[in-house]
Amino acid sequence: MVAIHPYIRLLKAGFRQQSAYRLAAFGGLVANLTFGFLKVAMLFATVRAGGGTVQGYDIGSMSAYIWISQGLLGSINLSGRIDLADRIRTGDVAVDFLRPLDVQLATIVTEVGRALFALIPRGLPSVAIGALTVGMTMPTTPGPYLLGAVSLVTGITISFATVYLVAIAGFWLIETRGLQILYMVLSGFFAGLFVPISLFPTWLLIVAEATPFPSMMMYPIDILTGRVTGWASAGLFLVQLGWLAAMLLVGRLLTLAGRRKLEVQGG
Amino acid sequence: MDSVVETHGLTREFTRRGKGAKLLTRSALRAVDDLSITIAPGDSVGYIGANGAGKSTTIKMLVGILVPTSGTVRTCGLDPLKQRRELAARVGVVFGQRSQLWWDLPVRESFEILSAIHRLPPSRSRARTDELVDRLELGEFLATPVRQLSLGQRMRAEVAAALLHQPQLVILDEPTIGLDVLSKQRLREFLIQERATHGTTLLLTTHDMGDIERLCDRVLVVDHGRVVHDGDLDGLARAAGAGRTLVVDLTGPTADLGGIPHTAHLGSEVDGARQRLGFDSERTTAAAVLAAVSERAEVRDLSIEEPDIEDVVRRIYHARR
Repeated sequence: MVAIHPYIRLLKAGFRQQSAYRLAAFGGLVANLTFGFLKVAMLFATVRAGGGTVQGYDIGSMSAYIWISQGLLGSINLSGRIDLADRIRTGDVAVDFLRPLDVQLATIVTEVGRALFALIPRGLPSVAIGALTVGMTMPTTPGPYLLGAVSLVTGITISFATVYLVAIAGFWLIETRGLQILYMVLSGFFAGLFVPISLFPTWLLIVAEATPFPSMMMYPIDILTGRVTGWASAGLFLVQLGWLAAMLLVGRLLTLAGRRKLEVQGG
Repeated sequence: MDSVVETHGLTREFTRRGKGAKLLTRSALRAVDDLSITIAPGDSVGYIGANGAGKSTTIKMLVGILVPTSGTVRTCGLDPLKQRRELAARVGVVFGQRSQLWWDLPVRESFEILSAIHRLPPSRSRARTDELVDRLELGEFLATPVRQLSLGQRMRAEVAAALLHQPQLVILDEPTIGLDVLSKQRLREFLIQERATHGTTLLLTTHDMGDIERLCDRVLVVDHGRVVHDGDLDGLARAAGAGRTLVVDLTGPTADLGGIPHTAHLGSEVDGARQRLGFDSERTTAAAVLAAVSERAEVRDLSIEEPDIEDVVRRIYHARR
């Protein structure tokens, strides 16, 4: 028997930690479903007003988009909040730096572990309930599901790699709440939480595509639902990998600079 | 063997911005000022001083979570800033006020995660966990989530977490703060054993004189970021003027017991049936004071109070000014 790799163990720790909050997960599910039906009412009306299709979406594919996006809300970080921000503010981050680990990687891996757990009580039930109540169109070949699953985990990771940047700004700012709220407003909109970004006017779509947000949620959904297939889906996945690398690199540089700056608060 | 901690001219300044009209003025506050200390392997050092004397700032620089303004520091032979991760494998830190356990998970799982983090082979991890569980008496709450532990239980678990990888140097920042007498006792006994078995070097900050007396061979007193006393416990007592207090319970109301040589009457309670006498243990003994008291009144019971750490520090500070 060999020792378990530290970061894999942290992923599991995050997963297990999240399992302690079952009531909160149930509350989250109820909220996801409520807003899911609201989106159904609005977006189905849009599709019908467009004569049955809008930008390639029909009722079945719009439903798939709605319920998968709702189901991912508990896993993709669109709130801009992670524990690290509080740990920097209170000085508890000292404990993180006293471990023989890369603080950035350890933080992100733990958060991704939490997010993966949330797929069980929030993700899967959202999709299942949506499919049973209003129906949805999903691919019939395995390809989109395989690449979709990888793309989904990548999207979740990009969201935490980006929120990490918001938290680590706390080394320079006493209060990161303003930045967090800015993230929350932009991310939901550009990630395609409210409407699919292909319904945006062209100029706004260009703006959205210049941010990491569509890579968190929109692209994984496009791949998973088979809206984008073949080489085009591989292209979207490559864009995701690019954003992941960019966010991790910026985070790395900020962590190094932050360590120079680090003045751990409190005694 | 090389020293475990070695600092030369270690200094840390914090810039403070003025308030109100002086907002644009900045002043530098020296939290640690030209500190040069050496700690040898196996030493057990108490690091004491008033709040704000620079204790925590020093510790943060020793473990690489704060950058010194000037001076050098080597901990376990490493540069704490450049070799943070290597150092983390050799140092264990217990913060009385911060947790390193996973709040929502059972205590046992925190140990498993830390074993993985330190890449301990499973056999070693198991042996060490068993040793710590046994010595710190953690068995009864191993399956309990950390958030449900009492403070005493949590501190014992914290100490185990910090020592799981059997570090060469253990730094304890206020480890007994808020603990009851029994919990303090257990923790101290454990640290004494740990040192005896593994030759661990201890550095602790505390406000509790009991910690120093039971655990430390050497005491460093800091004031305004400078070491003002470095020596053994007796030396500390001498430097502080060794003020001990004899408390006597007498059989009945008695006039104040003034005028005993090298002794000061500090107070009387219950019409003088209990009196407190401060004496200088360099010049007289508890026995001599007791004899003098017995000539004047019948003693029913007595106790001797040691100076508390605030007293000692205050006296040392006072002696220097």
